[in-house]
Amino acid sequence: MPLDLGAKGSCHIGGNVSTNAGGIRLLRYGSLHGSVLGVEAVLADGTVIDCLSSLRKDNTGYDLKQLFIGSEGTLGMVTKVSILCPRRPKSVNVAFLGCSSFDDVLATFKDAKGMLEEVLSAYEFLDHECMKINVKYLNMTNPLSDYPFYVLVETSGSNAAHDEEKLNTFLETVMETGHVVDGTVATDISKIKNIWSLRESIAEALMHDGTVYKYDVTLPQDQFYEIVEDMRDRVGDAATRVVGYGHVGDGNLHLNITSPTHSPTLLASIEPFVYEWVAKHSGSISAEHGLGFKKKNYIQYSKSNSAIKLMQDMKKLMDPKGILNPYKTVPSR
Amino acid sequence: MASLRVLVGCKRVIDYAVKVRVRPDKLGVVTDGVKHSMNPFDEIAIEEAVRLKEKKIAKEIVAVSCGPAKCQETLRTALAMGADRAIHVEIAEKEYEGIGPLQVSKMLAKLAKDEDANLFIVGKQAIDDDCNQTGQMLASYLDWPQATFASEVVVEDGDLKVTREVDGGLETVKVKMPCVITADLRLNEPRYATLPNIMKAKKKPMLKKKPADLGVDMTPHVEVLKVDDPPTREAGVKVESAEELVSKLKDVGCI
Repeated sequence: MPLDLGAKGSCHIGGNVSTNAGGIRLLRYGSLHGSVLGVEAVLADGTVIDCLSSLRKDNTGYDLKQLFIGSEGTLGMVTKVSILCPRRPKSVNVAFLGCSSFDDVLATFKDAKGMLEEVLSAYEFLDHECMKINVKYLNMTNPLSDYPFYVLVETSGSNAAHDEEKLNTFLETVMETGHVVDGTVATDISKIKNIWSLRESIAEALMHDGTVYKYDVTLPQDQFYEIVEDMRDRVGDAATRVVGYGHVGDGNLHLNITSPTHSPTLLASIEPFVYEWVAKHSGSISAEHGLGFKKKNYIQYSKSNSAIKLMQDMKKLMDPKGILNPYKTVPSR
Repeated sequence: MASLRVLVGCKRVIDYAVKVRVRPDKLGVVTDGVKHSMNPFDEIAIEEAVRLKEKKIAKEIVAVSCGPAKCQETLRTALAMGADRAIHVEIAEKEYEGIGPLQVSKMLAKLAKDEDANLFIVGKQAIDDDCNQTGQMLASYLDWPQATFASEVVVEDGDLKVTREVDGGLETVKVKMPCVITADLRLNEPRYATLPNIMKAKKKPMLKKKPADLGVDMTPHVEVLKVDDPPTREAGVKVESAEELVSKLKDVGCI
C-alpha cells in the first residue's frame, strides 16, 4: 500500500480514502488523490456510482472519484477502492539523527533531498519533549543522547548496495557540515521497527499527560517550528507540555499541547490563536486530519469564501436532505 | 586494571523479525535475499565486553565470526559498537552449511590461544539453530571454566562473579579467568551504534583467516535429513455447555 500511518493497527482503507489520509510515506508515494485509480461509492439517494477503474490514465469527463477522496463521507460513502501499488522495496534503511537546531533539521532535509532523492521514502522529526515522554511513559530507549531535535530518515529502494552507498555519503556530509551532531543507522528489521516506534508512539505517550489538544497544520518551512515556540510562550504554565513533531518533509506539523485535565481557559488561549497564526502565514489549519466536527467552523482560515460557497452548493446538490455524515466538514449555509 | 583481552564470538543469522520459509528441497530454510543481522545474544555479548572496556577492566576487544563473506557486515557492526578489531574466519557457503558448534568451538578455541585471551564471551545460543553448545564446547577445548546463561557479570578480586539464570531461579558462581561466559537476555541492553563510531569502524582492522590456518577439520558430523513446517494449527471447537464438553472429552478418550 502506498500509504502508512500511525493508526495502521485500527484504521480502515475506506476511511483512509474518505479522509485522504496522509501518513509517513506521502513524501515518496504522494497523496491518495494520486494513487487511488478508482472508487465505487454510494450516493445520498442510494445510487451506486461505479468509478472503479483500474486504468492509470482516463481523461473521459470529470474525475468524479476525487469528490469522494477527502470529503469525509459527506458526498458519498466509499465502498470499493482501486489503488495503484508500488513495488515493495527490497532494501529499507532508517537513520535516526540528532540536530541542535530546527534550522539544522531543515538543512539536513535539503541534503537528504539532494543526495538521497529517489530513494528517500520518509523524513520525519520530533522535538526534545517528544523523546522525553517516550522514555518517561513508554519506557523506550533513546538511541542517542539528548538533542533539541531528532530526525528520522528512511530510504527504500531496489538495490541494497546502491542505497547504502547513497545513505553513507549523505551521513558523512551532514556530520561534516555539523547539521547533524549524532545519529544511528538501522538495517535490521527489528531495529528499524524500534526507531519508527519512537516517532509513531508519540500520540500514545502524550495521552499519559492527561488531556491533549491536538493540531495538525501545514506551514511554510521557515515558520514551521516558530508556532511551537510561540505557543509555548503563550500558554506558559497553564499547559504541562507543548510539543511539535511530524511530517516535516511535507511541511506538516503535529502541534500538541497537554494539561492534566481539560481546561476551558487553556483552550481559549490556544484557539483561535493557533488558527489565526496559521492563516497569517497562508498555511492549512488541517493538513491531513480533516475538518470533521471540530474544525468545520474554522474552514475560512484556510479557504476563501467563494470556495466555501461552492463546497456548500456541491453538498446541497449531492445530499439535499443532509443525511451523509451531517454537521461535519463543510459548515451549513 | 584495564588488562583483559576479551574475545567475543558473533554469528550472522536470519533477522529474528523475518518470517522464515522452508526451502523447496526441504533441507533447510530460505536464506537468499533474506534480511540477516547479528545474533541478538551475541549483540548482548559485545555490549558486555564494551562495558568492561568502559569500566577500564578490559583493555582490548576482538570480535570474531566464522562463516561466509557476508559475516564481515556483522563484524563491522561489532566494531561500530566498540570492538577494537575483528577476525573473520572465512568459510565457503557450501562448507558452512555442513558445520556446527563442534567445528566452530574448535576454531574459537584456537583463536583464543593465538590471541592470548583472558575472557571469551559468546551469546548463549544462536537463534537459527538454538544449539546452545558452542560456549560450553569452547570451554571444554580450552579447559577453561565456564559461566553460562549470565545475567550479571561483576569483577571481584581478579575473579568473575557471575549470576546465572537457571531453571530454579538465579545461581551465583565465582569463576577464575581465563574463562568462557555465555550471555543471556537480561545481561544488558545493547547500545545503538552511533554515526561517529560507525565511521570509525570502517578503519578498524579486520583480519581474515581460513579454517585450515587454525588446523580445524571441517568434516560434517551431522546430516540434516529433513526440514518441515510445523503442522498448521487446526481450529478449535466451541461447545455450548459443560455437558457437551464432558462428552467430547470422553469421545476423544481424554476422560
